[in-house]
Amino acid sequence: MLLRFLLAAATIAVFIAAGSLLPARAASLETLLAELPEGGYDERAAVVTAIAGTGDDRAVALLEALAEGDLRQMKDGGQIVRVVREGRTHTAFDPLTGAEIGEISSRAASKIRVNNKLRRAIAAALGQLTLASPDRARRLAAAASVLKTGDPEQIEALDAALETETDPEVRTAFMDARAAAVLNAARPTAEKVAAIAQLAGRNDPQVLSIITAATTSDEPAVAAAAADALDRIEQARAAWGAVQNVWYGLSLGSVLMLAAIGLAISFGVMGVINMAHGELVMLGAYTTFAVQELIRSFAPGLFEVSLLIAAPLAFLVAGAVGVGIERGVCRYLHGRPLETLLATWGISLILQQTVRSIFGPTNQQVGNPDWMSGAFEIGQLTITWNRLWILLFALAVFALLLLILKRTPAGLQMRAVTQNRRMAEAMGIRSGWVDALTFGLGAGIAGLAGVALSQIDNVSPNLGQSYIVDSFMVVVFGGVGNLWGAFAGAFTLGIVNKFLEPYAGAVLAKVLVLVFIILFIQRRPRGLFALKGRAVES
Amino acid sequence: MKSVNTTIRGLALAATLAAGLGAGAKAEETIKVGILHSLSGTMAISETTLKDVMLMLIEQQNAKGGLLGKKLEAVVVDPASDWPLFAEKARELIEVNGVSAVFGCWTSVSRKSVLPVFEELNSLLFYPVQYEGEESQRNVFYTGAAPNQQAIPAVDYLMQEEGVERWVLAGTDYVYPRTTNKILEAYLKSHGVAAEDIMVNYTPFGHSDWQTIVADIKAFGSAGKKTAVVSTINGDANVPFYKELGNQGIEAQDIPVVAFSVGEEELAGLDTAPLVGHLAAWNYFMSAEAEANDAFIEAWHAYIGDETRVTNDPMEAHYIGFQMWVEAVEKAGTTDPDAVIDAIVGVTVPNLTGGYSAMMPNHHITKPVLVGEIQDDGQFETVWETSGLVVGDAWSDYLPDSKDLISDWRAPMSCGNFNTATGTCSSAAN
Repeated sequence: MLLRFLLAAATIAVFIAAGSLLPARAASLETLLAELPEGGYDERAAVVTAIAGTGDDRAVALLEALAEGDLRQMKDGGQIVRVVREGRTHTAFDPLTGAEIGEISSRAASKIRVNNKLRRAIAAALGQLTLASPDRARRLAAAASVLKTGDPEQIEALDAALETETDPEVRTAFMDARAAAVLNAARPTAEKVAAIAQLAGRNDPQVLSIITAATTSDEPAVAAAAADALDRIEQARAAWGAVQNVWYGLSLGSVLMLAAIGLAISFGVMGVINMAHGELVMLGAYTTFAVQELIRSFAPGLFEVSLLIAAPLAFLVAGAVGVGIERGVCRYLHGRPLETLLATWGISLILQQTVRSIFGPTNQQVGNPDWMSGAFEIGQLTITWNRLWILLFALAVFALLLLILKRTPAGLQMRAVTQNRRMAEAMGIRSGWVDALTFGLGAGIAGLAGVALSQIDNVSPNLGQSYIVDSFMVVVFGGVGNLWGAFAGAFTLGIVNKFLEPYAGAVLAKVLVLVFIILFIQRRPRGLFALKGRAVES
Repeated sequence: MKSVNTTIRGLALAATLAAGLGAGAKAEETIKVGILHSLSGTMAISETTLKDVMLMLIEQQNAKGGLLGKKLEAVVVDPASDWPLFAEKARELIEVNGVSAVFGCWTSVSRKSVLPVFEELNSLLFYPVQYEGEESQRNVFYTGAAPNQQAIPAVDYLMQEEGVERWVLAGTDYVYPRTTNKILEAYLKSHGVAAEDIMVNYTPFGHSDWQTIVADIKAFGSAGKKTAVVSTINGDANVPFYKELGNQGIEAQDIPVVAFSVGEEELAGLDTAPLVGHLAAWNYFMSAEAEANDAFIEAWHAYIGDETRVTNDPMEAHYIGFQMWVEAVEKAGTTDPDAVIDAIVGVTVPNLTGGYSAMMPNHHITKPVLVGEIQDDGQFETVWETSGLVVGDAWSDYLPDSKDLISDWRAPMSCGNFNTATGTCSSAAN
């Protein structure tokens, strides 16, 4: 009995010793997996590295599941499972074999916690494992992760990978990653200088920080080369800075124009100061939200085109509300700007509170389709897809509006009423209907703006408020009742704002723009493009 | 038509009278609790939820038999995100409705606006939101976090666990971010961070065009040192900020953003997949594993009738504040403000993260500090927490003006800003 006890104790002691003394590399994937939930993030990062070190084929899928946060430990028995969530059901799988274990309740297993540090360790480990992956995207991702870590131990693996790699883009990525690793390795100075030259060809922030770090190198030649490369990159950046500001300005301008152009029409034609304009924008955004919700529950496949479906609907919804406001309220207040202003302001509060009562006061989530997400780079300039599409959308809306005003009978009537209401009436134009149509058109455009804004701003009942002041600013600056005025005004203000912002900060930039407008209006009370005509004179 | 109109008017008048009489008759039997949260305007997005949670807590307390043998009655007013209106509505609650305590305010400016009212009329305010500190008032109980219960531990986490050496302090341009950033700047410098490694940036309320600032952060972060963003950006402006971060490809693994004003409620309006790994520091997360929390979430979902609604930190603060007030009233045997103020110091109640919170003599409470990472389901996963409870510090130790000040509302000191260097209590009350 005693002997057996001693034997057992000795065995346990040996196991403990093996666990603590032997390098984790020798352990199998199964034992390492069991260690994953334990200890601090540092220790667990070491386990991740060890998992990658096993060279086991199953390691990649395991680490990916860990990074995704899909690994959980059963509270009962401590078994580690990979959980796939679908709605409210959680299904457990064996993380190594992939065999299905069965459905579990969400509270039965606790998640294996992953933080940024661990995610970095996983990315580095995966990079090491997937350098030779047959999948091109994976090899690129692997190169990017090695570039990030600059781990000198990866040089050999990269050299091996470079020998077989034929894809030019992946080759460059490998070379860059190798260069980053070389800078951290004990390699000859010449090789490091060459590495800096290799890296300097790229111009993303990642590389910039590697080169900046190299400027403090102990080897003077390396430090000098890095400082040189840094200088060149900085110069290029300064040159691109101006381009970047112009782009940001155009993008801000397009948002301003979308928000303001509807106002320019109703303000211009009818002289109605529509304080509810912002809320019409908000209605457009909520229409997008409602469309997306319906698509999510009935036709998830259509999500990518949800915005295209939402746009005409938003136009109709906001347009109908606009016509309603005109026929129900503004018509009776014709020629009394102050009363109209107050009445429409009241309507804006009613609309806000109605939306708040129906949808709740919290932000609603409007998803970005894939073609609206992410960014691409031109030189040093990062252009985000959503901003680019919004700019194009704004230009398209503008062109369409010009077409309506200049080439259709309705547009002709609108222009006639704008220029001289009484003369137009004398010519047989029913100015009442033109008013309703114009107001509806302006409101519909506001709805379209809402669709665009739902992609960059939060969809809440307050959405409109933040744009109304800017919209008026654009209209007044550009010249009342003139589309080209709104166009030029929006883009001028956008660009001026973005050039001021880096120097003055966002708060002061806005103040300066307002001061600029005040001064400008003193000189030219009718804005950039003043309308001419009898009605204006009177 | 006229007769119909008259009838309606008559009915309305009768209803008003009945309501007035009803309220008058009931006043003897109920204890009134004021709820001072904006239900319209900019802040409605955050504050409406707090009004609902207070109504739920009062209903629960009534189900348990009320307080001192009387039922509690909620009096809800809407200060409409209008700061001076907060003061008027607070006065109305206390003078006209005769409430025993008020739970309310969100923004610091609204709190500052009501402070004189509570002092003058000697009533109680429970303030549930994290704030900038530098204040301790006899009539106010701060159940949200002071800077040392949120900002400083979060920065510690980033320094120790993430090895951050370069800091962007980005905030909305008003008192909370400015004071918090002032404290953080002093704290970082005391830990050897050079001035050129700190970038401070302020934006207007509701800022929606983040392109330039995010590009600046990206450039600032590429100087070869680990960089993090400490965000005190308020409410609405967060959604476009995070969207821009995601679109410009700033990942949490490269430049993590730790936010002090972003909770579950704010994330509800966002697709969080690109944000996984960005951080927030709070004293409560909906994902906290504790039985009290499970029960609270269940009760909340049942009350609001919507399974998808989230819970957040200020809700927990109201939960704690309300329990504390109930316990203090029971201890004092009366709702008289002076008695409650004396009784509440030292009151300890369970919080929702599985521990206890106590009311300290400086009218701040003890809390655990949690750092969580955003998950793809819109929840936070706690990645770090303080080992014990942290006592809220009314006066920051890192600002030269306030480092000698302490606050203790117990007799005999009864002072909100006692200067330990000069040994005097400054007469200015807050």
